Amino acid sequence: METLNFRLESAPAERAASASVLCGVVGSGNLEILLRQGDEPKVCTVEVKTAARGFGDTWQAVLDAFAATHAAGGTHIAINDMGATPAVVSLRLAQTLSDYQRGRR
Amino acid sequence: MNAPQTSPAWDQLRQGRNRRLARAASQGLGRQVPAGKIISLLEAVIEPGDRVCLEGNNQKQADFLSESLADCNPEVIHDLHMVQSVLALPSHVDLFERGLARKLDFSFSGPQGARLARLVQEQRIEIGAIHTYLELFGRYFVDLTPKVCLVAAQAADAAGNLYLGPNTEDTPVIVEATAFKGGIVIAQVNEMVDKLPRVDVPADWVNFTVQAPKPNYIEPLFTRDPAQITEVQVLMAMMAIKGIYAEYGITRLNHGIGFDTAAIELLLPTYGTALGLKGKICTHWALNPHPTLIPAIESGFVESVHSFGSEVGMDAYIAARSDVFFTGADGSMRSNRAFSQTAGLYACDMFIGSTLQMDMAGNSSTATLGRITGFGGAPNMGSDPHGRRHASPAWLKAGREAGGPNAVRGRKLVVQMVETFREHMAPVFVEDLDAWKLKDMMGAELPPIMIYGDDVSHIVTEEGIANLLLCRSAEEREQAIRGVAGFTPVGRARDRRMVENLRDRGVIRRAEDLGIDPRDASRDLLAARSVKDLVRWSGGLYAPPARFRNW
Repeated sequence: METLNFRLESAPAERAASASVLCGVVGSGNLEILLRQGDEPKVCTVEVKTAARGFGDTWQAVLDAFAATHAAGGTHIAINDMGATPAVVSLRLAQTLSDYQRGRR
Repeated sequence: MNAPQTSPAWDQLRQGRNRRLARAASQGLGRQVPAGKIISLLEAVIEPGDRVCLEGNNQKQADFLSESLADCNPEVIHDLHMVQSVLALPSHVDLFERGLARKLDFSFSGPQGARLARLVQEQRIEIGAIHTYLELFGRYFVDLTPKVCLVAAQAADAAGNLYLGPNTEDTPVIVEATAFKGGIVIAQVNEMVDKLPRVDVPADWVNFTVQAPKPNYIEPLFTRDPAQITEVQVLMAMMAIKGIYAEYGITRLNHGIGFDTAAIELLLPTYGTALGLKGKICTHWALNPHPTLIPAIESGFVESVHSFGSEVGMDAYIAARSDVFFTGADGSMRSNRAFSQTAGLYACDMFIGSTLQMDMAGNSSTATLGRITGFGGAPNMGSDPHGRRHASPAWLKAGREAGGPNAVRGRKLVVQMVETFREHMAPVFVEDLDAWKLKDMMGAELPPIMIYGDDVSHIVTEEGIANLLLCRSAEEREQAIRGVAGFTPVGRARDRRMVENLRDRGVIRRAEDLGIDPRDASRDLLAARSVKDLVRWSGGLYAPPARFRNW
């Protein structure tokens, strides 16, 4: 296991409908994301626990793109990863943020 | 001019066949050979150096004859030149390891790819060439005609007529090439019957039949469990349906094998219907009877399907849907790989499939280091045939995108659909294909490229669709590919301004450009989410193999 921490600037997220949301499942090729309110309104902090070591720069690129294209400021995201691909991570992040803002669809 | 003094013999092939048949007769072997005498038969009719065709594709296998040939005495039978569609069984490779065969011309080697690569490195096998199916079948009638062919049939009668069953596959083309050029045809059959349901091969094309101790093996290669389809695959399927199928009005098509296209099949009854596409897309297919197509058939999307082979468990469903599938007067399916490949090449407007690697020119390959796998039929489907002359709306639209409004020809759509990373974070998009290293290892003339980049019209990934028809330079093509290559190293090395410019021109389209919210990509959109759902859709007619049943 490897733990990675990121601090990303992002536009402030819209008001939350839920205090926190959990999205996804921890299983091979998948991941679990827990999103809750963060401390700074223009910052998204992310902690990644991943089974696949050595992909720090890929995580940085995926999370940078997420923070740039979504208003995710003021959130803290915890990720438990079991080898999910960047496509799955990006999709799950978008779904989790949406659930946090609008409530479960 | 004087006539030649001695007239040459013009019937040496026939004499050779008679000589071989006489040797078999001298051992008391008639048209029906007992399984226990098969090695005597093979050693009587096969001569050293013969070109032998062993039937086996990625589905039906003449496995009893293959194992029996491998058990023959290499002092009697040696230096064979094997010509065969697929090298799939351990016994296929045993022929070379045991010194019976020396040279191989083939199309695909799937599960034996690693053993084959080792034999090539040890120089214990000479590979003539790796073909596509149609090329190999073509050469059976030109310069690779078999002296002896070993084929698989469902049943024979006492006269030697053959019934091939739903998995007709390659048998007609192999038997025709052999029987009409002085060769010997030997068929293993699952059963001997008094009266065949239908005659697929007439008795006077067949020299020997042998009832195998157990039915020939058939691999359920085209069955995909809907439970394993991911949300990313659903997202890509939504983009493909809306951004390609609907826009070009694709009615005649072929799908490759895999979960990406299975997702499309399962979205037709739900997402496709919601977009109002029933009757407008996906009506006519060159396709094996994929179980994942059942919901689309039951929903009225599909008018016709012609198949290369059958699929395990689908026979009763096919027989009950004879308006859709090609079936005999007896009710059972008749497939034919050569004809369906021809249909896929010339009669379809689109091929969509997947690959393991793609380079920045769009060349794609399923070759990986240490394995020689070949192509099968993908290059026949996945190419723009320059011999096509008939027009269709999809073909014309694509041709005009590529060549302008006055283009003199259309274009087939050749779509590659891939998630940018495979399992274990292996990037699909790469600067250099492994195929180049494999070329050097094999000592081959060319790298084993499955689909040439200049044939590819569209690339679909989770990041969007790249339309290569609209690219006007090699540099634009490269950036269009990088622009959908996601977070792979080559995707991150994109020229961002150029990619944004391509997006403005509609060369690259993201999900949101197509009016698709990625968050809607849910497995709930799949018409069936399990194999059991497929059985339910079929009204209980689909009988999945045990390995796909968990109830």
